[in-house]
Amino acid sequence: MKVLVKVRLKNGILDPQGKAVNNALHHLGFHTIQDVRIGKLIEFNMAEKNRAEAEKKIEQACKKLLTNPIIEDYTYEITEE
Amino acid sequence: MKIGVVVFPGSNCDHDMYYALKLVAGDDVHFIWHQDHSIHTYQAVVLPGGFSYGDYLRAGAIARFSPIMSEVIKFAKSGKPVLGVCNGFQILTESGLLPGALRRNQNLRFQCKHVYIRKENCESIFTRKLQKNQVLSVPIAHGEGNYFIDQDGLKRLIDNQQIAFRYCSANGDLGEEFNPNGSIDHIAGIINEKGNVLGMMPHPERAVELLLGSQDGRIIFESLIAGE
Repeated sequence: MKVLVKVRLKNGILDPQGKAVNNALHHLGFHTIQDVRIGKLIEFNMAEKNRAEAEKKIEQACKKLLTNPIIEDYTYEITEE
Repeated sequence: MKIGVVVFPGSNCDHDMYYALKLVAGDDVHFIWHQDHSIHTYQAVVLPGGFSYGDYLRAGAIARFSPIMSEVIKFAKSGKPVLGVCNGFQILTESGLLPGALRRNQNLRFQCKHVYIRKENCESIFTRKLQKNQVLSVPIAHGEGNYFIDQDGLKRLIDNQQIAFRYCSANGDLGEEFNPNGSIDHIAGIINEKGNVLGMMPHPERAVELLLGSQDGRIIFESLIAGE
């Protein structure tokens, strides 16, 4: 199955990169765009056939390596079975 | 004192650290390859600066799971001295040996310059020869040195006297203008609760000879060997 993990900075954690991009967008005239925050998209394939088993492993991978739980949150979706 | 400097793929301050330790702390300094499993013969271990594993994913995130790190974690938990500088500090926070996390510098720029840091009210193996409020001139060189910890964590650091260094002026004053990366509460370095693990963004190993502008970093290595 194909998995898509989205990693975001936690709410309330300042995102200087997002802020810089926000400012650049405003300079370009995109004044209606606000609160830009930048995260990461991680994509991978898994050999598991069983969805529940895969979800368990994805959770573990996210907590152990793919995110730093002190500053980041994650969500994921299984895009192809 | 037998001291080991861990070498990860992408470490680039390992030789500077080796040189500084030899100069200040004596001859018994060795490199430890990241795939080694045994460090029990060492009395202290140093994680040097650099870009271990290319800083991929997050700085220090992959190095934290290299074979040597499970040994370093045991070593630290047994109370033996572990120093992490720059990328070494990032690896220590990723591995959970030190609280908090290091994020992208607030102004998004890689900062490479001399700064001043002030010894705070904090006792550790690495700072025992420093006076309270002593100011050191040491260089920084990092893009992700913006220390973050939540408010409860910050309170614990303060209450337990775990803040080793804060960025400051030449006179030891605190201020946003002296904080090069946006670190919370001007934090430049912290220790663990036991006081045997120090992580700091500034590079004491680059400040051991006047020829290079400062020898203020020596006192950290002198402190390390002072208990022998």
